[in-house]
This record gives sequence, C-alpha cells and structure tokens, in this order.
Amino acid sequence: MIRVTLPYHLRTLARVGEEVTLTVGGPVTLNAVLDALEARYPMLAGTVRDHNTQQRRPFLRFFACGEDLSLEALDYQLPEEVISGAEPFMIIGAIAGG
Amino acid sequence: MSGVRVLVGSRKGAFVLTADGKRQNWNVAGPYFAGWEIYHMKGSPADPNRLYASQTSGWFGQIIQRSSDGGKTWEQPGTQPGEPTTTPDGMPKAESNKFVYDTSPKSGKPLTTHQWYDGTQHPWEFKRVWHLEPSIKDPDTVYAGVEDAALFRTTDGGKSWHELASLRGHGTGPQWMPGAGGMGLHTIVLDRKNENRMFVAISAAGAFRTDDGGKNWKAINQGLRSQYIPDPTAEVGHCVHRIAMHPSRPDVLFMQKHWDVMRTDNAGELWKEVSGNLPTDFGFVVDVHSHEQETIYVVPIKSDGEHFPPDGKLRVYRSKTGGNEWEPLTKGLPQQNCYVNVLRDAMAVDSLDKCGIYFGTTGGQVYASADAGDSWAPIVRDLPAVLSVEVQTLS
Repeated sequence: MIRVTLPYHLRTLARVGEEVTLTVGGPVTLNAVLDALEARYPMLAGTVRDHNTQQRRPFLRFFACGEDLSLEALDYQLPEEVISGAEPFMIIGAIAGG
Repeated sequence: MSGVRVLVGSRKGAFVLTADGKRQNWNVAGPYFAGWEIYHMKGSPADPNRLYASQTSGWFGQIIQRSSDGGKTWEQPGTQPGEPTTTPDGMPKAESNKFVYDTSPKSGKPLTTHQWYDGTQHPWEFKRVWHLEPSIKDPDTVYAGVEDAALFRTTDGGKSWHELASLRGHGTGPQWMPGAGGMGLHTIVLDRKNENRMFVAISAAGAFRTDDGGKNWKAINQGLRSQYIPDPTAEVGHCVHRIAMHPSRPDVLFMQKHWDVMRTDNAGELWKEVSGNLPTDFGFVVDVHSHEQETIYVVPIKSDGEHFPPDGKLRVYRSKTGGNEWEPLTKGLPQQNCYVNVLRDAMAVDSLDKCGIYFGTTGGQVYASADAGDSWAPIVRDLPAVLSVEVQTLS
C-alpha cells in the first residue's frame, strides 16, 4: 500500500483525512501513484496534474524520504521506503503570499 | 410565502443568504468551499433548487460544484468515488472540471492562438470559469464562460463540458487580447424569447451574438469607442465589463464598458452612449429593474487606475429613462471614506414587488434594497471580497 499525504484543500475536496492509502499495480512511478489517486478519488482529477498537459501544477510539490521529487520526470520510480509503506509520498501546496 | 435566495461568491468561499419577501431579516449560510475562490454561483430558472458554482484555485485549478437542494449540500457532478473512471472500452468518463479547448478539424475552425500583450500570438490556456449561465428550460444544460475566453456547454448537469468552438473561430479570435484582469468570457445573456439567440462579452475583445444556438457568431461592437486601443472604433478590442437585458425586451441591451455606459435598441447592431450626467462612466456592473424596462442601475467607479467610488462615497446611480439622466441613490450606503469596488458579476435584481436590488463589494459587504434602490441596508458587512452576487426569487 502506498501512503499519500494531501494538502488541506484536496483533503476537504475528497472528504478524507491527511493521508490516504492506495494500491498501485506495476511500477510505482509518480504518474502511477497519481493515476491511482485519481481513480480512487475522481474528484481530484485535474487538481494535481493539469488536465490538458498532465504536468504537475506549478504551486504543488512532491516530496518523499526528505527529497524534493517535484522536478523528476513523471515516470520516475519512487523510493523503496514509499513502495513498502514505511514512508509517505507527500503532495504539498506551495506557501505563497507574504 | 415568497422569498429570496442570494448567492454570493467570494475570494474565500461561497455564502447563501436567504430571507422572506420582506427582505429585512436574513439568514447567512456558509462559507461553502472555504478558502477557495468562488467566481460565480447561479441557480437554474427551470429548477430553483439546482445551483451551480465555479470553485477555483491558483493551486488546484478549476472545480465545478452542483447542488440539488438549494445550496444545502453540494457535489462534484462527475464520476463518484468508487466508480470506475473509464468506460469498459477504456475511454475516460465524465470529468466535471475538465475544460479542453476544441481544436479538432471537425469543428472546421481550429484555433490555437490569440494576441498577446506584445502583439505576438499566444496559445490559448484554460485558467478558470468566470461565469455559469444555466439554461432557461433545462436544469442540466449550463453555459460556462471561461478564461482564456471561450464558451463551453454541459448538457448532463455539469458532468462533462464541451466548447462551442465557433465563437473563438468565427474570425476575430486571433485579435483578442487579455486586459489587465485576464482574457475572460465573463458575461452570458440568454434570450428568453428566442433560445437560439445568446449574447456574450469578453475582456478585452467586446460583445458577440449568436442567432443559431452558437453555431455562428457576430461581433456586435459598432458604436463603441475605446480611446485606449489603436483604432478606437475597431471591430474588436473593446473592454466590455458587463451587459444586462430586461427579459421581456431582448433587443434592448445595456452595457457598462471600461469607460462609457451604452445601450442598443437593435440587439447590438449599433450602440449609443447613455452616460449622461454620471459623475464618472467607468464601472463594472449594470442591471435592469425587473418590472420597469427603462430603469437601470450602475455603480460608478472613479477610474481604471483608481478602482473605488468617487469622493469615497458609495453611490448606486439609477436612470428611469434608459440612460442619460441619472440620480444618485445613497440612503443607507456609506458616504464617506468608502474605497471598495463592485465587480462585474456582483449586482443582481429579484422579481418581487417592489424590485429588490443587491450588490457586493470587494470590502465584503453585501447590500440589499427592497424598494428598487431608494434605500439600502447591508445583509452582511464582513465577508471576504465579493466576486459575484446572484439572486433567486422563490415562491
């Protein structure tokens, strides 16, 4: 099971808690996790990846195991600790404003 | 027992304000979708309990929300949790927040670029839904005006959206250019007497009309004069802020342009200025009294560089002569130190007798008049900045 943490507004949209768990078939890539997230929670489709470009929305970042994975290609395979469920895959909203 | 339901979209959520026909004691519900920008909410004329809302965010993009119980509960009308997101043959199912521009050859007029600020061509990029206009007859049919400017329609209650591409493709699309607020299709006016006729307005392109249900469009900007563009009387390029129509007289339209208040008596074939004695003819909103076809309302704003009322006095101006002769309406409105704005979608009228007028401000106040503008009182004072106000008259 893959653990995914969501930013506050996506939690309220999906009506879930801070973390959700997903089953991902095949290689556990960034895209595969996001596909599984949207399949389980269809209301999140288009909120993390732009509908048209399928690219990460600019004000969202991806982290796992203390590493920023935001600029990795979407076919990047996630670390073993995420695949095993020891560590979460984190989707984080940029802190913007000031 | 009659009543009204005022739908307020704000920078940080949606609010539903209700009152009986006296419109004195109000119930305030919300915020719904707290923390999100709600650009617009509107109810279906065919089913007043069916509401639609445009929920947007710079972080997470566009969401469409739908209510079937007058705003008590909401849902995203696409695929529900637990349902497969693809059809048995692998095609994606309906996605209620998916707005994809039509560039298919089948449409006959694929269009991919418009004019950018520096004069070069720039790709069309979807940003948000500015305005939702439910069909007069069918609660499941809704038109959506979006940024970058285009018109979409759903016929399945918001589950899926498809562009009416012939608007962008009618010929002038490559000349459209964003204004300071973006290039949004912000106004959709339906003709109750002719379901094939529709008017839209785009900043900064102008006004357009279709007479065949959206298959063909015509720019209707003759008579507009905009000093801020190279050719002040060009076919397109005018920054139209809002258009209003009395439903019983669809050939007569009133327009608040960037500068100038205008009217047409022939469905946009020719506009003439009716700013008359207004203290300034810059502004965003314009609306028409529900029972008096020649009574119209605007809120003058000082200038395009100073988006607040002149002299710090919040005044609605009313003309009972279809323009040119205006009177200030001030009773109950702040007449000193008021520096709020009233945005283009933030005024509405009910159809009770006397006609109720409502508007919201960027300072978070929603004002109501239950006597056609003679006197005003705030329903609420401290909401987030108000982006839109609509009202439903309930029987």
